[in-house]
Amino acid sequence: MDYQFDFSVVTQNFGALLQGLLVTAELWVICAAGGATLGVCIALARLSPRRWLSLPSLVYVQLFRNTPVLIQLIWFYYAFPIVVGQQLTPFVAVVLGLGLNTSAYCAEIFRGGIISLTRGQWEGAKAIGMSQSMALRRVIMPQVFRRMLPALTNRVIEVGKMSSLASVLSVPELMYQGRLLSSTFYRPFEVITTLAIIYFLLIFPSGLFSRWLEVRMARGK
Amino acid sequence: MNKPILSVTDLHKSFGPQHVLKGISLDVQAGERIAIIGGSGSGKSTFLRCINFMEMPSQGRIALDGHSLGSVKQTRAGETRVNYAERELCQVRARVGMVFQQFNLFPHMTVLENVMEGLVTVKRAAKTEAREVALSQLTKVGLSNRLDAYPSQLSGGQQQRVAIARALAMEPEIILFDEPTSSLDPELVGEVLRSIRVLADEGRTMLLVTHELGFAYHFATKVIFLADGVFHEVGTPEEVLKEPKQQKTKEFLRRFNEFAF
Ligand SMILES: Nc1ncnc2c1ncn2[C@@H]1O[C@H](COP(=O)(O)OP(=O)(O)OP(=O)(O)O)[C@@H](O)[C@H]1O
Ligand SMILES: [Mg+2]
Repeated sequence: MDYQFDFSVVTQNFGALLQGLLVTAELWVICAAGGATLGVCIALARLSPRRWLSLPSLVYVQLFRNTPVLIQLIWFYYAFPIVVGQQLTPFVAVVLGLGLNTSAYCAEIFRGGIISLTRGQWEGAKAIGMSQSMALRRVIMPQVFRRMLPALTNRVIEVGKMSSLASVLSVPELMYQGRLLSSTFYRPFEVITTLAIIYFLLIFPSGLFSRWLEVRMARGK
Repeated sequence: MNKPILSVTDLHKSFGPQHVLKGISLDVQAGERIAIIGGSGSGKSTFLRCINFMEMPSQGRIALDGHSLGSVKQTRAGETRVNYAERELCQVRARVGMVFQQFNLFPHMTVLENVMEGLVTVKRAAKTEAREVALSQLTKVGLSNRLDAYPSQLSGGQQQRVAIARALAMEPEIILFDEPTSSLDPELVGEVLRSIRVLADEGRTMLLVTHELGFAYHFATKVIFLADGVFHEVGTPEEVLKEPKQQKTKEFLRRFNEFAF
């Protein structure tokens, strides 16, 4: 192998990568937080005895889980505007595609967690006069969250990685900036390796954090 | 007779085609302690659970302190239905406490937090005030030394006493016990029954479903034998447990005492 490594392309353009990193982080936080929040609502709709709530949410979940996420992103950029008659920026299209996709997966996680709690927890809460929503907030969801933390962490990590797909729509996130550098300077090895390392450094700690959180919460099992 | 604090009129409950309660009426005076006995599956739990609307009655009315709960609506078919608003049910449940066979403590909260929870979220009491009330109820059931433990770290008997303290903290006018000792190891039954007896000595109004006939005899002011979805026999502990008149009651007690010594 007589390839001459030259990481100066990375060091000299680190600012561009850093900007990309910020956009990636932004996408990650918005899609993960928004997706999880919306996921709770969809899980509740899925569990509702009212069919006009449970049926559409079932369809929603199945649609997002059974089509490629790349198609979803592209669809929100190119097809969705035709439906709503309003052009979206690539960033918004990605937030929609990735966020809604995440909400579908989170909904299934939350639904599983809620079902796995015994009826007794609802009744214990109701017996002291709690309303449905109070019981959900104070008794049910905290336990669901604890039980489902490993699954939720997986999802969050997945979103972090999937955010790189936004480069397809030219959202100037980490992957896009990297590909731009790599093709401008013909240094794919250095640039892409650096990208991988940055993604790793970004995502690995979140797994550690969740492990730590799990241990901390396990006390009240 | 004074005005009853709880009044059940012609209560029916069906689960699908299964008609479990077939017209039950009961007036409860303040300070009465009522033990409900009966065979497995006879509907004892169902009756208790209808009183605080853990189950919705299929028919009949329930009144607390003379106020009928729910509002009567005419359906298109001309039948009358009783509708209950969630708000009203929550208020009722805060006034009618319940202790379950399976405790149903909140596993993610400490003992103290479990008992404070209703005060803080439902009654909107200040934290310090709630803590004080919780502490005094936990002292009453003998658990003031386990405030920071989680339910999983306690024995079954201790967990049930926490559950009693949690119900008491809401200052309920009536407390419902659904076989509070049935899931406990025999050596732990006593501590829970002692806590319940303390409440009896305070003159609290209580309804207790139990298989502990000995306890029912000493505890209750009235014993009800439930069979076939109706009150088969009602009377003082002496009358129902010692000198039952109905054939069914006699058989039930005989079967119960088969292995007594
Ligand atoms: N939620 C429910 N759905 C359907 N059937 C039910 C439900 N709850 C109770 N039942 C039925 O109603 C009948 C009475 O049940 P219940 O639990 O009130 O009996 P019980 O007298 O408390 O019995 P045990 O002594 O075993 O606790 C049983 O046949 C039971 O199967
Ligand atoms: Mg029962």
